[in-house]
Amino acid sequence: MSFECSDHLNYKVLHLTGEVDLSNSSKVRRCLLDILDHGQSVIVDFSELTYIDSSGMATLVEGLNAANKKKLTLAIANANGAPLQVLELTRLNQVFNLIASVEDIKE
Amino acid sequence: MSDNQTQSKTAQEPSKDQVLIQVNQLDSAYGERKILKGIELSVKQGEILVIMGGSGSGKSTLLKNMLGLMQPTRGEIIIDKMNINTVDKQQMLKLRRTMGVAFQGGALLSSMSVGDNIKLPLRQHTDLDESTISIMTRLKLELMNLAGFEDLMPSELSGGMLKRAGLARAVIMDPKILFFDEPSAGLDPVTSVELDQLILELRKAMNMTIIVVTHELESAFTIADRIAVLYDGEIVKTGTVEEIKACDDERVANLINRKPREVQIDGEKYLSRLTEGAE
Repeated sequence: MSFECSDHLNYKVLHLTGEVDLSNSSKVRRCLLDILDHGQSVIVDFSELTYIDSSGMATLVEGLNAANKKKLTLAIANANGAPLQVLELTRLNQVFNLIASVEDIKE
Repeated sequence: MSDNQTQSKTAQEPSKDQVLIQVNQLDSAYGERKILKGIELSVKQGEILVIMGGSGSGKSTLLKNMLGLMQPTRGEIIIDKMNINTVDKQQMLKLRRTMGVAFQGGALLSSMSVGDNIKLPLRQHTDLDESTISIMTRLKLELMNLAGFEDLMPSELSGGMLKRAGLARAVIMDPKILFFDEPSAGLDPVTSVELDQLILELRKAMNMTIIVVTHELESAFTIADRIAVLYDGEIVKTGTVEEIKACDDERVANLINRKPREVQIDGEKYLSRLTEGAE
């Protein structure tokens, strides 16, 4: 798994690549909470994500909770395949703001 | 050639590179009593294999062997390219982290709350932050329709709830392989159907390989990709639901049609057993 950040409008975009699981979700958590601590909204880009487990999902839930408390936004872009199925299994597709692509985010 | 050997040549049998679990010529015994005889079985990645059989057929013994809780008297079990009968303790521990087990009665520790029971594997095997562990636990409780039961003690749950809590703990680390002992036993029909649905969803979303031991026909027919029928310690047939239903082997047909087996008695031996040691 690797991740990198870019900017889009006022948002920080967190691009996740490969598999997020128990062995690396703590890194994603630190990065996500760090962005939110700096007062920036986040789009988590799933386009290169092949797998995400419950620890990854829990990390995103934690991020969403932190974003809501700070009146920031956390959205997920390009959720497809296995990661989308995990979102659906955990019913988190009804909780997160899922957008088709990073460009779909409204200012 | 046995029926099982014939079956191994059909299209449903996984090819070598797909196989995640391979059981070769497995014999297992309790003391002198031979329980499993020459078991040959393979399970492929992402497959739901149901092991069926009547009471005393050897289902639980096979499960114990596959979990490495029992040493076979002959044969071997290969899981994820590792021979579990010869790997060292460290490798076995590593392998066990990729396996989840849901026992028949839930097997929760009675001195801990439901939530703490489910969190236990994460606290023992990961360095995840406690807040992440807490959310993961609640996600699994939601999945099992046990939201809000986190702080209760196991003794405060019904049988069905205990089973679902046990399943929540078994899948808390998103295992690659899930072993499930009698998922439907003791459950009401609705809960049983919900649990079957959940097993199918887990496989679909997590690509989990699931081995279910059961004697519940309806549940087996709903969830199985393939069914292995055990009779008197031997696998007498392995096949898809349709193949099992169409099987004309009397032992399989009797199981499917819930026909009690006819016990053949050797009169002399029977009398001897009854009167052994008597004056």
